[in-house]
Amino acid sequence: MSEIKLNDNLFTISTSPHIRAEASISKIMWTVSLALTPAALFAIYHFGTPALFVMLAGSLSAVLFEYIVQKLRGKAITITDGSAFLTGFLLAMCLPPAIPPYMAVVGSFLAIVVAKHAMGGLGYNIFNPAHIGRAALMVSWPVAMTTWTNLSGKVDVVASATPLNILKQQGYAKLVDTFGSAPHMYKALFLGARNGSIGETSTVLLLIGGIYLIYKGYANWVVPVFMIGTVGILTWVCGPTGLFTGDPLFHMMAGGLIIGAFFMATDMVTIPMTKKGQIIFAIGAGAITVLIRLKGGYPEGVCYSILLMNAVTPLIDRFIKPIKFGAREVVKNVR
Amino acid sequence: MYFKYAKKRCGKVIKSFRGGIHPNDNKRFTADKSIEIAVPPSKVIIPVRQHIGAPCSPIVAKGDLVKKGQVIANSEAFVSSPVHASMAGVVIDVAEYPHPVFGKCLSIVIENDGKDEWADGIPLVRDWEKLNGDEIKAIIKESGIVGMGGATFPTHVKLSPPKEKTIDTLIINAAECEPFLTADYRMMLEYSERILTGIKIVMKILGVQKVFIGIEDNKPDAVIAMQKAAEGTTVEVVAIPTKYPQGAEKMLIKVLTGREVPSGSLPMDVGVVVQNIGTIVAIEDAVVKGIPLIQRVTTISGSAIKEPKNLLLRIGTTFEDAIENCGGFIEKPAKIIMGGPMMGFAQSNLKIPIIKGVSGILGLSKKDINTGVQSPCIRCGKCLTVCPCGLNPSMLSILGEKDMYKEAKLEQNLFDCAECGSCVYVCPAKRNIVQYIRYSKMRNNADAAKKKEALSK
Repeated sequence: MSEIKLNDNLFTISTSPHIRAEASISKIMWTVSLALTPAALFAIYHFGTPALFVMLAGSLSAVLFEYIVQKLRGKAITITDGSAFLTGFLLAMCLPPAIPPYMAVVGSFLAIVVAKHAMGGLGYNIFNPAHIGRAALMVSWPVAMTTWTNLSGKVDVVASATPLNILKQQGYAKLVDTFGSAPHMYKALFLGARNGSIGETSTVLLLIGGIYLIYKGYANWVVPVFMIGTVGILTWVCGPTGLFTGDPLFHMMAGGLIIGAFFMATDMVTIPMTKKGQIIFAIGAGAITVLIRLKGGYPEGVCYSILLMNAVTPLIDRFIKPIKFGAREVVKNVR
Repeated sequence: MYFKYAKKRCGKVIKSFRGGIHPNDNKRFTADKSIEIAVPPSKVIIPVRQHIGAPCSPIVAKGDLVKKGQVIANSEAFVSSPVHASMAGVVIDVAEYPHPVFGKCLSIVIENDGKDEWADGIPLVRDWEKLNGDEIKAIIKESGIVGMGGATFPTHVKLSPPKEKTIDTLIINAAECEPFLTADYRMMLEYSERILTGIKIVMKILGVQKVFIGIEDNKPDAVIAMQKAAEGTTVEVVAIPTKYPQGAEKMLIKVLTGREVPSGSLPMDVGVVVQNIGTIVAIEDAVVKGIPLIQRVTTISGSAIKEPKNLLLRIGTTFEDAIENCGGFIEKPAKIIMGGPMMGFAQSNLKIPIIKGVSGILGLSKKDINTGVQSPCIRCGKCLTVCPCGLNPSMLSILGEKDMYKEAKLEQNLFDCAECGSCVYVCPAKRNIVQYIRYSKMRNNADAAKKKEALSK
């Protein structure tokens, strides 16, 4: 050993592997934000500048709160990784456009400080922070959270209530009436000419963003397909006038289901890690959504269904484990 | 195009194993470079322990004159392998020197006298077909042959399965799934006839007729070369899908035979023996020509190396001398790796000798390694998707981090991990998962050793 001196060309050592792929947390988070951008731009066009102010208040305050909390906790500042921005952005997308921006700030505070950092920070939170923020605002300011004003007047067939509200209070016939006819209603839901939360109205733009995420490998196709599929099948089966009389197309596009299934229920931190677990999660979330929509007190149930399934995620992960190599008896052809 | 061609030649679409990754293979550095005989160094450092099993004891002393191919260290144990002088000259030191795997090891240093003389009776011409299996195995043991893919398990032990195990298939591992490495590929192109002879020798020892050569389909030239060499024999050359870790024994067996080696078992439990291409070449050398394992083909590559090459190197050549053969460095390397970038060992300096299991020496630059700062797991589940062993690497890393190694063993199948590194490669949080797994394994092994000691008292 005497041959080695300290200055003798010493190199870094570590355990293998010595090469890594390009993927990083910040890349994932900013790509998700990018995928939300088309829907956000449409919201500004559709609802006007108040929607922009809510989105700015939500996302920027979330970044600020993240900075403050990380400073207080003595942790490394990771505001540039985009996760806090995304949380605030998603929260704002789930709020009514007419809400005062300060409420979005309160929501971001609850999302970042309570739901995320009180649990230990990124990776440790049990519940989807953006949805916790929304649920808390729903409890705190129920009136502001359910006031749907027709803001822009640019689109003809926007009723002053959300489609799901009309369905809950006045029934399916009145709902179709409001839009003129069923094909008109589907068109409005698909393109976004309806009332609702800032980011949830345009099904087509959310689909484009969601499919982009799946293509990039940052979201799983399993969760959205199974969650939306479950809602479709259950609402069709449990129709208003007997079995198999429901309108699955309406329910699949209405409310926050599309944004919830593609952007909230695919939040890696709060859903199961195995594919099988994700299928259970998605079917459960879809079923609870339908239960709330058809039988519950609220017109919409995506937010609560995802939060409830977040709560059972650790349980799912405990029971659904990958099958290890060599555990299955496929030893064949042995002479 | 190549991909299609390889598939057509095999006549069937091969189903791959579960999981795995597709790193940039970086074989372009050395794929087209013929094997070059390296300049003999001025001295070689030969560790007495270059294999799994009992270490050898030196049988030469400082000042002795040795010849090329002479045994310089040996052991009585069955699971062991003798060490030969790779160079003629004077033994100038028998002392502890750095070792690429064990940190340090008793080594014999030979100074080159420039004569390069063979020991008596080497090389010779042997008609191996007249020998029986046991005689050939004895030659393999005496020649110091070990698994040259990196595992360095003594080959004669691997070729002597217990009587109750029936072996019906021989698999030649030519997947070479590690990025950068091209040594096996070049050997297949340049030594294809010798490889076939080596395979016939092993077939005779094992008494099997069914032989597969598994080659990843990113090496179509090698598939064609081996197919040509294997014409008219029972040896089947199969182009298998390119995916890391295709060269892992259990994955290769699964892909080629459909048999899944049960957890905790060995390939021989499903009737299979796997041999690396390099080992086959060494067997041919030893049995046909009487040349013991004193040299091997090694890929010297990486962005930091001036002129990457495939070199035929003497065992005991230092990394420094080997890299000198490639014109040295063009930039300061970020890491020096023995073996491939996925499972190789990082080395702290260049005074390390090449041992029998060194398939590559890599000088990786910063852009090759792409490290980052580790952050908490974001549960993206990528590691579960790529894990070929069907484990939950995320949970294993968290348990390792929290020192909960017992839970890792009992609840998360810790010991089924092959440490292939696929999980670390894909991790967006840049977690050192394999490091935590190795740590947990070490803690568990230490506990088991302690328990054993307590019981024996």
